Amino acid sequence: MLLQVRNLRCGYGSLEVVHGVSLHVAAGEIVGLLGANGAGKSSLLKAMVGLLPAWAGSICLEGRQTRGQPAWRCISNSLVLVPEGKMIFADMTVRENLLMGGYHNPDRNLQLELVLQRYPRLAERLHQLGGTLSGGEQQMLALARALMARPKILLLDEPSMGLAPRLVEEMFAEILKMKDLGVTVLLVEQNAMATLRIADRAYVMETGEITLEGQAADLLHNPEVKRAYLGAAGREGWEG
Amino acid sequence: MDPGNLALQYFLSGITKGSIYAVVAIGFNLIYSATGVLNFAQGEFVMLGGMVAVTLAQFVPLPVAVAGAILAVAVVGCLLELLFFRKLRHHSILHLIIITIGLSIVIQEAALHLWDEKVRSLPYFTGNEISSVRVFGAAISPQVLWVLGAVGVSVAGLHVFLRYTLKGRAMRACSSNPEAAMLAGINISNMRTLAFGLSAGLGALAGCVISPITMTHYEMGGGLAIKGFAAAILGGLGNPMAAVVGGLLVGVLEAASVRYLPAAYNDVSAFAMLLLVVFVRPHGLFGAPAGAQVREH
Ligand SMILES: Nc1ncnc2c1ncn2[C@@H]1O[C@H](COP(=O)(O)OP(=O)(O)OP(=O)(O)O)[C@@H](O)[C@H]1O
Ligand SMILES: [Mg+2]
Repeated sequence: MLLQVRNLRCGYGSLEVVHGVSLHVAAGEIVGLLGANGAGKSSLLKAMVGLLPAWAGSICLEGRQTRGQPAWRCISNSLVLVPEGKMIFADMTVRENLLMGGYHNPDRNLQLELVLQRYPRLAERLHQLGGTLSGGEQQMLALARALMARPKILLLDEPSMGLAPRLVEEMFAEILKMKDLGVTVLLVEQNAMATLRIADRAYVMETGEITLEGQAADLLHNPEVKRAYLGAAGREGWEG
Repeated sequence: MDPGNLALQYFLSGITKGSIYAVVAIGFNLIYSATGVLNFAQGEFVMLGGMVAVTLAQFVPLPVAVAGAILAVAVVGCLLELLFFRKLRHHSILHLIIITIGLSIVIQEAALHLWDEKVRSLPYFTGNEISSVRVFGAAISPQVLWVLGAVGVSVAGLHVFLRYTLKGRAMRACSSNPEAAMLAGINISNMRTLAFGLSAGLGALAGCVISPITMTHYEMGGGLAIKGFAAAILGGLGNPMAAVVGGLLVGVLEAASVRYLPAAYNDVSAFAMLLLVVFVRPHGLFGAPAGAQVREH
């Protein structure tokens, strides 16, 4: 198993927001993690990479325990988190942003060529400051930067957030293409329908717990998934 | 001497002192960008640089003494980060700033005990106190050229480091977005240590080159910290290169006030400038209005 999380608990201060979550991702899969606002999806991802201390449980990457490692070590385990929101280096150029993504990759210049072939729109803007890119371009930069590390597994936290519908479609197509690159994906999304269409399997998280899991194709027709959303997020996530 | 030349003389002396303020201001910036802390012990690095070099120069040739002082003070800077700021990371920024003020007092006292209250100085790097070179008709000490040269080269070096090397870019990444930097695999704790080491080493270099002109004294750091701070604020925090302009401006302004105002106002100019900037343009001459450089963790 590429990534195996067991009974993970974490939170803020004395407030626990993830109450013992277990999930696993096999190499080559795209796995969705769905859930309404505040379910604890981002917190779970942060705990998985070490940005947030895990209070209990275990996190195994290719059989090695990584719980307790500082966040900057994660990348050397070939696990890269693309966090929620615009987490690029705003006052550095696109090229510098990408190079930072390859900080631990000795072949970062070669990788830069490959990534730029993949994202010609970034190639046109190499010397523009990251902060001056449009929202969609910034999201693309964040993804491209993650690829600079040649990760085995990508954790994507709401990559479609704030994008126009056409760009959302592009983003999902892009994520699906990760399969060709041999990159495994754990995808956190509000956009349940689109996620279930490209994912192999998915988990549904509600208030800090996994309440449903299964093959994406099955979940697509499972009324329970819809219910999980209607509770907090309304119908948007379902129909978007 | 005609008035034009005299003015030039004052201007050059302002630039000379200003370049030292610039170095202190760069130190403020480096540490601020990496940690969010304003390090008021910054002036002590300049003092320590001079002190250590004067002591070493009794045993080894001058260039070796200067190099040794820079290295030793850089190590002191790294140790301060490791011993205090790394441990106290989770305290509020205000606490940490107060700690830097405490540290500056401790370092001064330590210097007083380690050395004494005597004023000392390094020998002139070339020539002596009466040799002079003529620049545009003004007679200046060759040491002034050493100061300007050393500061110029180190500022340029720093610029190249921050812009074009992987480590330097990583340092900027840490100040731009610490969380994203961590996720890119950058050990931001070590980057903070490096920032302290760099600031301390640069300060020490300034302390060595200025020593023949302004002398070295255990108490000199406090005033330098304030003026360097004024320079950093003037340039706009978060931008080391703007700090150079800020430093030179503070130096020239100070020289002008020496020339045109009663002696009692000498130190006031820097503070007046500081206050003016804080009221009129709080983000400095070159800074961005919203202080987005550092987020606390
Ligand atoms: N830094 C923080 N300090 C305290 N509480 C937090 C913090 N970040 C998140 N929380 C709380 O933890 C809970 C889970 O938040 P989290 O961001 O993990 O949810 P999420 O599933 O990612 O939601 P969304 O879909 O809106 O991004 C929420 O109740 C939130 O208020
Ligand atoms: Mg979230």
